[in-house]
Amino acid sequence: MPTTSPRLDRMALRAQFPALAQEVGGHPLVYLDNAATSQKPQSVLDALAAYYEDDNANVHRGIHELSRRATTAFEGARVKLAKFIGAPDSAELVWTRGTTEAINLVASSWGMDTLGDGDEILLSSLEHHSNIVPWQLVASRTGARLRYIEMDEQGRLILDYLPELLTDRTRLVAVSHISNALGTVNPIREIADQAKQVGALVLVDGAQAVPHRRVDVQELGCDFYAFSGHKMCGPTGSGGLWARRSLLESMPPYQGGGEMIRMVERDTSTWAEIPHKFEAGTPNIAGAIALGAAADFLDEVGFNAIAEHERELLSYALERLDDMGGINVYGPTDLDERSGVISFTMGDAHPHDISTILDSRGIAIRAGHHCAQLVMQHFGISATARASFYLYNSTDDVDHLIEGLASVKEIFGPA
Amino acid sequence: MAEVPLTSLYQELILEHYRHPRNKGELANHTVEAHVANPVCGDEVKIQILLDGGRIEEIAFDGQGCSISQASASMMTALVKRTERSEAIRLADVFTDMMHNGEDASPDKSLGDLRALQGVSKFPVRIRCALLAFDALRNALGEGLQIDSVGGTVHSDRSEGETTH
Repeated sequence: MPTTSPRLDRMALRAQFPALAQEVGGHPLVYLDNAATSQKPQSVLDALAAYYEDDNANVHRGIHELSRRATTAFEGARVKLAKFIGAPDSAELVWTRGTTEAINLVASSWGMDTLGDGDEILLSSLEHHSNIVPWQLVASRTGARLRYIEMDEQGRLILDYLPELLTDRTRLVAVSHISNALGTVNPIREIADQAKQVGALVLVDGAQAVPHRRVDVQELGCDFYAFSGHKMCGPTGSGGLWARRSLLESMPPYQGGGEMIRMVERDTSTWAEIPHKFEAGTPNIAGAIALGAAADFLDEVGFNAIAEHERELLSYALERLDDMGGINVYGPTDLDERSGVISFTMGDAHPHDISTILDSRGIAIRAGHHCAQLVMQHFGISATARASFYLYNSTDDVDHLIEGLASVKEIFGPA
Repeated sequence: MAEVPLTSLYQELILEHYRHPRNKGELANHTVEAHVANPVCGDEVKIQILLDGGRIEEIAFDGQGCSISQASASMMTALVKRTERSEAIRLADVFTDMMHNGEDASPDKSLGDLRALQGVSKFPVRIRCALLAFDALRNALGEGLQIDSVGGTVHSDRSEGETTH
């Protein structure tokens, strides 16, 4: 694969993803459900197999060769991923099952320990349920209040009211970096700067950002950053939480068990150093190691090339959808404010019917509320169809999508 | 998805019920009501029934969702209106059977327009769409929820608990 050219050698790239080579119902697979999960390159599959075939052992406990190898690879992946997201210190990266567990960790540990009656958590109506429900749970147990940054008609956060929404009771601002439902890219730095003025911490849901752009948690100015491995070519059940060292050190453990302790006595225990304090039990060792391989893969392709490619696809797809007519696309119209996600509706063809018709042509998209029911309510709809791109997609994939949508029109009639 | 022609799914009769649903709206008087939703896809069907003894005098549905769930609700209400409660339950059982095993058998004539939904049985992920209205019907009639096609129960709010049981 070329690393010097800004353009992706798409065929060579695509060939590295075995799942993309298959046919579905007699049609070549067109995979446009990347915001849900990405496909995995051979190097990631090989890393998973290599761990189980050669190095399979528990980490941080065995005094034997396999355990030493497993621990080295596991901690090596942590260093790699910490660097990948711009963390200054790999001890600040806690492995989790993904973004959802990372947010729940902060809600349970920091939230339950710190929040009190009348404290405020500022969310946005763009959020995925995984950045709403954990805060509802913690609010109901601590007496904290939830407030929301609203969005405009293009699904962009309205920051004009941020100074009023941020009060001396605001303890945390929790927002997504990129919306999974609309692709909106949020101005995190601007939000974080304002949050700092009232002394609030900032948590960023980075599930849709880390796979697609260079993330630097220090430049963003946030305090917590949550991400998933499976959307960035890594395995399911892998991911992490980055947080500032001082925060992690002051937070109580999330779960209790092995690996997270220093000393256990009958009534009390003391905790291991960070990040191990937050990693009770045998972790997803293979997942972390393979996530390291995914980061290597993305670095080798290069985020400049990925971002440029996805923008071209997005631009081409929006143009073709517009030419087609009868398609209502949600989200920002300015491509600088948008990632490679297209959420749309089509007249009275319900998104599930659209998805079934596309599926019959081997085209995989997502249909539904995308775990973002507040977004659906904002637009007065119950569901959208969503096509989302990744580095291996091509304009051919977009052409297949458009042909598929023409077939939807044939069945359901013009909008 | 195996190679199943879409024409077996999107028959004209289904689209016609979807576009022009029968018995859609609210009843001025009703004795029982049930609301079911599929949390996975957000489809919703609410059924209101005016029972006269064991007979369904009036029935109406309201809801939102895909063509299959809404056409099924429309067809179901048209079929069970002015039937005995026991007959409505029997039809629900026959329809459920057709969804689960009726791919090739010729459909039971007593199902009327609902026979057009036979093709849905070839699309496993859509079977629960077709059964949603029947879950609402059973629930309104106090028959309890059926286990859906993927083994979980659908969410349900039962209200105005009067039933003939």
